[in-house]
Amino acid sequence: MDTTFLLDTLGQLLSGLPLTLELAGISITAGMVLATALALLRTGPRPGAWFVRGYVYVLRGTPLLLQIFLIYYGLGQFDWVRHSLLWPFLRQPYWCAILALTLNTAAYGSEIIRGGLQAVPAGAVEAGRAAGMSRRLLYRRIVLPLALRQALPAYSNEMISMIKATSLASIVTMMELSGIAYAIISETYRALEVFLCAGAIYLTLTFLLSRAVAFAEAWLNPHLRAGTP
Amino acid sequence: MLASLTLLGFGPTGWGLQLLRATAMTLAVSMAAYAVGMAFGALGAWAKLAGRRPARLLAEAYTTILRGIPDLLVIYLFYFGGSQVLTALGHAFGGEGFFGLNGFTVGMLAVGTVSGAYQTEVLRAGYLAVPKGEIEAARMAGMGRLLMLRRIIFPRVLRFALPGMGNVWQQVLKESTLISVTGLVELMRQIHIGAGSTHDAFAFYLCGFALYLALTTLSGLVFRAWEGWSIKGEPRVAGRMAA
Repeated sequence: MDTTFLLDTLGQLLSGLPLTLELAGISITAGMVLATALALLRTGPRPGAWFVRGYVYVLRGTPLLLQIFLIYYGLGQFDWVRHSLLWPFLRQPYWCAILALTLNTAAYGSEIIRGGLQAVPAGAVEAGRAAGMSRRLLYRRIVLPLALRQALPAYSNEMISMIKATSLASIVTMMELSGIAYAIISETYRALEVFLCAGAIYLTLTFLLSRAVAFAEAWLNPHLRAGTP
Repeated sequence: MLASLTLLGFGPTGWGLQLLRATAMTLAVSMAAYAVGMAFGALGAWAKLAGRRPARLLAEAYTTILRGIPDLLVIYLFYFGGSQVLTALGHAFGGEGFFGLNGFTVGMLAVGTVSGAYQTEVLRAGYLAVPKGEIEAARMAGMGRLLMLRRIIFPRVLRFALPGMGNVWQQVLKESTLISVTGLVELMRQIHIGAGSTHDAFAFYLCGFALYLALTTLSGLVFRAWEGWSIKGEPRVAGRMAA
């Protein structure tokens, strides 16, 4: 194996890293907000709960690539979409990819957060109510913090799969890590070397993310840390 | 609306037959990949549970790497790397030109290898969930290793691993769409071709949603039934009896 080629490849690939991080960062953050809203709606009264059930069923039952294609290639055929205010966004693969990734991760994430909501002890809610908290305040101060803390470990798996899922953006022409990797492979036909470099970058990313989540978990659970009474 | 239905139907201008054939191809390549993944998963689980140090380390590396890298890259590796190796081999044996793997083989191996990493963990957890007493009881009854494997370990691991195995299958089914980058005409590819060559892309993608939903839902039901079968010998818990 020649080191110059590896280093050169690594350098080229790293130029796609910011885009990968952007796609993952925006869609994970937006997805988490949407997921929380969906989870709250899912645990609420009927029409909303049924809508979320249907949403989760469809988004989890179909492949992400198809969802990206529907948004990127499918929506543009309608005149009302092309004349709408959203068109400047929807005609760009960047926003289409982010939209699809967000909608997709929100479906998986809402189920994780729903599990967290169900794990909130009834006593904590009662205590809040007994202290005279309004519904809003109760959710903001008691329910959501407890639920999100509970859901965080499981959510880290979803975040990692989102980092991997950003690679699909390369199929709709985005030159992020995988897009650049594909370009180098089809130019040089040295698949193994490029795979090793790109793989190393992705593994580093997923490793750092899982460490960061573990750190956040420890920070959010001060009572579980060693040495606390 | 009606025009879309004609387009997706089985008439002379309809794409129905092609879509059906592509659905069959998706099922075929997914099942082949699942079988490959099952073989790798069984090997990996064995290595992690009972293997010597090198085997254990190898399995550890396998699951860590394959679960941390996008499937698309693994498909590229098999697609381009496979032809790299085959062409080199072909030339070594005096052949000329280009040798490559077809899309089906690439997809089966790539998606299979990735799913094998997940399957390893599913099967390993399934084995660990089997109560040790059952294995001891089998040993006490004088069962040989193979008989014990067949009569006790295999059905019991299956019982605990089936829910996870169902998840891996759903994942394989959805990830089989990525095989479309090799040019294999499975469902995703066929839908994309249809969308590109008619003026009703949206209808094709929507139809794709319906077909993939049907595939994941129906196969989910099959796994659910299989799960029910695998626990039929167990005492009913109060909760299940009430349901």
